[in-house]
Amino acid sequence: MPNILETSFLDLIAYVLLFPLAGAIINGLIGKRLSKSLVGIIGCAAIGLAFLVSILVFIDLLKLSPEHRLFEKEFFTWIGSGSFLAIAGLQVDPLSMVMILVVTGVGFLIHVYSLGYMHDDEGFYRYFTYLNLFTFSMLLLVLANNFLLMFIGWEGVGLCSYLLIGYWFEKKSASAAGMKAFIVNRVGDFGFILAIMLIFVTFNTIDFTEVFNAAPEHLQVGSLVVTMITLLLFVGAVGKSAQIPLYTWLPDAMEGPTPVSALIHAATMVTAGVYMVVRCNVLFTLAPFSLTVVAIIGGATALFAATIGLAQNDIKRVLAYSTVSQIGYMFLACGVGGFATGIFHLVTHAFFKALLFLGSGSVIHSLGGEQDMRKMGGLRRHLPITYKTFLIGTLAIAGIPPFAGFFSKDEILLEAFTRGNLIFWGLGAFAALITSFYMFRLLFMTFHGKSNMDKHVEEHVHESPINMLLPLIILAFLSVVGGFLGFPAASAINSFLAPVIGSGVHHAVDGGEVHHVSNNLMFSMMGISTGIALVGIFLAYFMYIKNPDLPAKIVGKFKLVYKIVYNKYYVDEIYDATIVKPTIKSSFFLWRVVDAKVIDGFVNGVGRLVELKSEVLKLFQTGYVRNYALSMLLGGVIIIVCALMFL
Amino acid sequence: MIPLSWYLILAGMLFTIGVVGVLTRRNAIVIFMCIELMLNAVNLTFVAFSHYLDSMDGQIFVFFIMTVAAAEAAVGLAIIVAIFRNKATVNVDDINLMKW
Amino acid sequence: MLEGLLFIIIGLITIVCALCVVFQKNPIYSAIFLIQTMVSLAVLYVLLHAPFIAAAQIMIYAGAVMVLFVFVIMLLNLSKEDVEGGKDKLMFQKASAILLGLILFVVIGVVTLKTVLLGTKGEYTPESINEIGNTQLVGKLLFTDYVLPFEIASILLFAAILGAIVLAKKKL
Repeated sequence: MPNILETSFLDLIAYVLLFPLAGAIINGLIGKRLSKSLVGIIGCAAIGLAFLVSILVFIDLLKLSPEHRLFEKEFFTWIGSGSFLAIAGLQVDPLSMVMILVVTGVGFLIHVYSLGYMHDDEGFYRYFTYLNLFTFSMLLLVLANNFLLMFIGWEGVGLCSYLLIGYWFEKKSASAAGMKAFIVNRVGDFGFILAIMLIFVTFNTIDFTEVFNAAPEHLQVGSLVVTMITLLLFVGAVGKSAQIPLYTWLPDAMEGPTPVSALIHAATMVTAGVYMVVRCNVLFTLAPFSLTVVAIIGGATALFAATIGLAQNDIKRVLAYSTVSQIGYMFLACGVGGFATGIFHLVTHAFFKALLFLGSGSVIHSLGGEQDMRKMGGLRRHLPITYKTFLIGTLAIAGIPPFAGFFSKDEILLEAFTRGNLIFWGLGAFAALITSFYMFRLLFMTFHGKSNMDKHVEEHVHESPINMLLPLIILAFLSVVGGFLGFPAASAINSFLAPVIGSGVHHAVDGGEVHHVSNNLMFSMMGISTGIALVGIFLAYFMYIKNPDLPAKIVGKFKLVYKIVYNKYYVDEIYDATIVKPTIKSSFFLWRVVDAKVIDGFVNGVGRLVELKSEVLKLFQTGYVRNYALSMLLGGVIIIVCALMFL
Repeated sequence: MIPLSWYLILAGMLFTIGVVGVLTRRNAIVIFMCIELMLNAVNLTFVAFSHYLDSMDGQIFVFFIMTVAAAEAAVGLAIIVAIFRNKATVNVDDINLMKW
Repeated sequence: MLEGLLFIIIGLITIVCALCVVFQKNPIYSAIFLIQTMVSLAVLYVLLHAPFIAAAQIMIYAGAVMVLFVFVIMLLNLSKEDVEGGKDKLMFQKASAILLGLILFVVIGVVTLKTVLLGTKGEYTPESINEIGNTQLVGKLLFTDYVLPFEIASILLFAAILGAIVLAKKKL
């Protein structure tokens, strides 16, 4: 009798994927006929069970010694064509472990939240189907053991993002936003595919372990091949993670339900790009030029998006630009070589950004759908629990110790200062100031001050139900304690992730080895970061509580600047004019001229040609016997002559 | 002795004249007469060969050809009479019911 | 030598009459010229030591078949304007027919002159034929070696008679 305890939980890794997939299939096929509560239970249970299995796998992974924490399980050969081999296999190592814990854990909380938020919606079962399908795809992305399987998950999350953004598809803006997200993603995916092909051509394999083992011997530092591969990979990451220049889809994606924004566009999907860069850190460290590009784009996006968030009035838009900005931080960290730090910020960001989105969802839900901050105010009294959790989230994102965001953001700034240069640190610090400012602006406008609500909205405002508040509370708790995963000088997460990062690279940028900095520098950086955050809070307090008329006066003075920032620097309009319209015009041309005239003309022309030929041949059938007799004689003469000549 | 080739060329000439007649004339009866001419040319060939190869087979065959030609002429002319009764013409060009 | 002269004269007559058959407008004239062609052919048969065939030619062809033709022409009461009067509807028929005919003749001539005319010589040399007698020999062969075609020919003639009667009757 086989001893069940001897089977390692690591073998159960497939169930992490199978539970969400089963949930999606069940809800998708028969969800329409089930009651709403049953649909909800199936959806949440699927993710809950996946979370439990992830914990079991985590426990077993810890039992292995740090150097051996790599478990691969192959299921079947998917494509075997010549020397190209793509296997359906899963890989469990510290990096994927962190990701699946975050995805299933935060995902579970958001599923529970959705039970309350989407309760009155008609397409309840459809929502949970898509959400489970999304979770499955995201898990596949992070658990894949080769590039092609990861790409399947990559595409899957893009598809589910489209389906969920356009969930209320009757609304034209929602379906347009869904299409925009998908198409802009596609631009990035194009780069990713090219990168995969280039990898295969260079290494003759697409398996992660094989590629990363072969890379240091195979490629020179800074060679053209590895630079091209990493740049193309980064293009994919830019599309998926909404960095400059492919970020325009994320603010419009707020058309989807708020829990969707929390899960997909805050905690998980948009971080897929960061995951991919960290997964391929071996390749990136071999290409210093690409790393610089990553850092520049990350830092610039962090600042750029933060400035746009300053002027927005829709609560979800502010949070969307904040997401873009925070992911910029993660890329900044990766760009200077702090890959583990990037993942650390990813984890803490998942906690507090999901918390902020869910909190804003609670606010919107209680106001009956109102999203404009100018029509809120003074909600502190009406929504106490929401307010308290939201405050914790805001403190976390602003970077106030001892909340989670402080430790991760501070570490990024430290790394930028020591491994990068002053400019990177400057970008990050300035963005931190603006982040803290606009987040507290949001908090004050929504919850403090006098109420600007419509009369009938104010009568119905109420605290949200328990299934919406419980996730908020749990996430708030995580936002408080999550930072201690990366407590400086004893960073648990850094050492946990060390085997994945910087293996075998000797002469490029330093990998994830804990960079020893002097204690003085560390503490003074901490102090500066906290100071910056506090300055931001004070400015927001000054402008929105003390002198509420001040913002209007400033806007009046800097009319043009405000206009540009409020309109998102007109980036959407520029894209529309330079890319979208010419594409539409050229497709019109291809349709009207090439397809209708040339191709159809060719096909029709062949028909006309046959017609003409037969008109000519028709003349042979005269109907006169004498003509036929003549042709008989002609044939006979020809045959005789030919026979004579050749015999 | 007259060479065999002379007879054959003579027969060839007769045959060719018959062919031209069939293709050129419009009167159905005259076409028939040209066909008889062609048959006669063939008969001449057969008899010439029979003479030059010291064999009787050629003459026997000519006998049968004449039989068949007579039968064919009878039936053919009957058909022309029948057509004339229906269409009042023996012009070959006018007998074109099969034309589209 | 005499044979050669005779052959040339008879040959010329035959050719001229054949040409007249083809190019005469009046069908009766064509018929008369055809009769003359057949008679001259009979002379040629005699020249070729085949008197029985010559007699049969005149009896069957010139005597029966051509009489039938003349009867039909008179029955239909055609004049030369009726049929051949109008312009030929088919433009290039005549020209191309004559051209093809010339080509055909050239080809036949080439074939005749180039090939070596051989065949297995049979056993009936003119002398042996004269011993038995041409007609007798033909009769003997017809009833021994070639009796099957002979009988079938009789059935054929029977069918032809029936066919001609049925086709030409006014009322069945």
